[in-house]
Amino acid sequence: MLRYTLRRIVLLIPVLVGLSLLVFTISHLLPGDPVKLAAGPQATQADIDSLARELGMDKPLPVQYWNYATGLVRGDWGQSVLTRRPVWDDLKVFLPATLELVFAALAFAVIVGIPAGLLSGVYANRWPDYLSRVVSLGAISMPRFFLGLILQLVFAMALGWLPLGGRFPIIDEPPPALTGFLTIDALAAGQFGAFWVALQHLAMPAIAMSLSPLATITRMMRASTIEVLQQDYVLTERALGLSQKLIVFKYVLKNAMTSSLTVIGLYVGWLLGGTVLVETVFDWPGIGLYATKAIVSQDFMPVMGVTLAIGTIFILSNLVVDLLYGLLNPKVRYE
Amino acid sequence: MSAVAGNIPSSAAAARLQNWRRGLYRFRQSWLSVVGLAIVVLLLVAAIAGPWLVPYPEHVAGGINTGARFKPPSAQHWFGTNELGQDVLSLVVAGSRVSLLAGLAVVTLAAIVGTVVGAVAGYVGRWVDEALMRFTDLMLTLPSLILAMAVAAALGPGIANMVFAIVLSWWPGFARLVRGEVMARKEEVYVQAARALGASAPRILFRHILPNIVSPIIVKASLDMGFAILTVASLGFVGIGVKPPTPEWGVLLSLARGYLPDYWWTAIFPGCAIFLAVFAFNLLGDGLRDVLDPRARR
Repeated sequence: MLRYTLRRIVLLIPVLVGLSLLVFTISHLLPGDPVKLAAGPQATQADIDSLARELGMDKPLPVQYWNYATGLVRGDWGQSVLTRRPVWDDLKVFLPATLELVFAALAFAVIVGIPAGLLSGVYANRWPDYLSRVVSLGAISMPRFFLGLILQLVFAMALGWLPLGGRFPIIDEPPPALTGFLTIDALAAGQFGAFWVALQHLAMPAIAMSLSPLATITRMMRASTIEVLQQDYVLTERALGLSQKLIVFKYVLKNAMTSSLTVIGLYVGWLLGGTVLVETVFDWPGIGLYATKAIVSQDFMPVMGVTLAIGTIFILSNLVVDLLYGLLNPKVRYE
Repeated sequence: MSAVAGNIPSSAAAARLQNWRRGLYRFRQSWLSVVGLAIVVLLLVAAIAGPWLVPYPEHVAGGINTGARFKPPSAQHWFGTNELGQDVLSLVVAGSRVSLLAGLAVVTLAAIVGTVVGAVAGYVGRWVDEALMRFTDLMLTLPSLILAMAVAAALGPGIANMVFAIVLSWWPGFARLVRGEVMARKEEVYVQAARALGASAPRILFRHILPNIVSPIIVKASLDMGFAILTVASLGFVGIGVKPPTPEWGVLLSLARGYLPDYWWTAIFPGCAIFLAVFAFNLLGDGLRDVLDPRARR
């Protein structure tokens, strides 16, 4: 196990190098002159040339890549033309907001999806099953940004129960930064009022984000419940007179752990890249909104930074899930 | 002994019941995919004959009617009118053309690129396979929507640029699928026979193996179609790719956002159109999988 873990960690290095090379290559293949853009609309050709020299953009591409890659390791992820700040500093501000959104969405998906899938499986081909299946099929077909708009329309505009967007009221003092997750920071500081406010802001975007993982987890739980209930050992237990409820809790819920873990692992990276639309709708100050603004203004460094950050988290979360599988399920073998 | 004997008819009855249930289940499944197919056909009709079907074709072409701004749904304007006085129903119907065309182009091109990469990797094997699949895996780690947005924005507005940008992040899924299928087939007897007869590698690949793996590719393509439409609408929604006045569902929705909650109909109907199209293709894809790919049958 330890050897396997170490080998997997060492194997990360070429993957991360490949990722940075890929991002670098794509950004240089695209039309558009980042130097010209950074120099501003009034810049003369001489200005642009001197800025290119300053940024090292006049050097051959392999040298540029080397400088970029070694910069990444040192924490120098380039400069945003738009915010005029280092990309790394921007990421430190925006990434926790997106991660909080993603984790809240996954938590919602697990909390709702496991009981829904369980009911579906236990009542297979009866009405609770149909209901949850139609809802989950609808959920994967529903555009997240459209659901977001409907939620806004109903809960913010019509009923006034929840804030329209944003992460925290601008006029209020946010809780002291600790994890960057406002809800957790508020709890850590004992500010329950702030926690409630942060949670209200989080609710709608998190629900809008949770659609796909919710549908997936419901389907997986349904399938595994049906499978487990058909196993011989469950038949034996039932023959011995154990109640259905006890059997479900004893065997089926055990599988819930692995299926939630799979979904979480599959979706962390995917949702990180998919927050763009929900963040746009709810004006959620995360990396999705940051990337969108940078893309629209052709600000290359932040786009590369966000892409790399998401790619890296995707790779890492896959690794963590693979390793956790072994801990949860002894049947998984490692070479 | 008697217990066992007593069990046989009951288990046979249980099996019959299960079979019957399974048949009913599959029937219902196919019933849903029939609904999906019906909606897809409607969408196709709208996409092809839209210009002759819509009540206000001049609005689709960009014409405006400032006297009739923000009219709620009525007999004249079933879906109401927007901020320019244009008939929302006409725009939504016309939007099916852009969405279906772009979605179809994305899926077709991604399938072609992915099939070529996957087939070469799977058939040639060794370092070619290793190199192509590592590259494919790397592409899969990139956030596809952000990649598509960045590429589409850099290339400039236009449907073709947008399609190219989406295809860039879409082909790896097909590549992995095809590689797996080719690897599973390449040692089969008919392939060995072709090889023994001296057929060249491209001939074996394209004449003998590919025709046998068309089904899973079609199934994936039909399942992907809904999500491709969704991606097109997403790009329109964030203002990258298709630009107004082209009637595209995502563009219509993003324009309508500013007029909520008072003029809700400008947003709800384009949004429902996106949902319906994606839903229909998902239903159809599920049904096609049951028919074409029996191994995946649940």
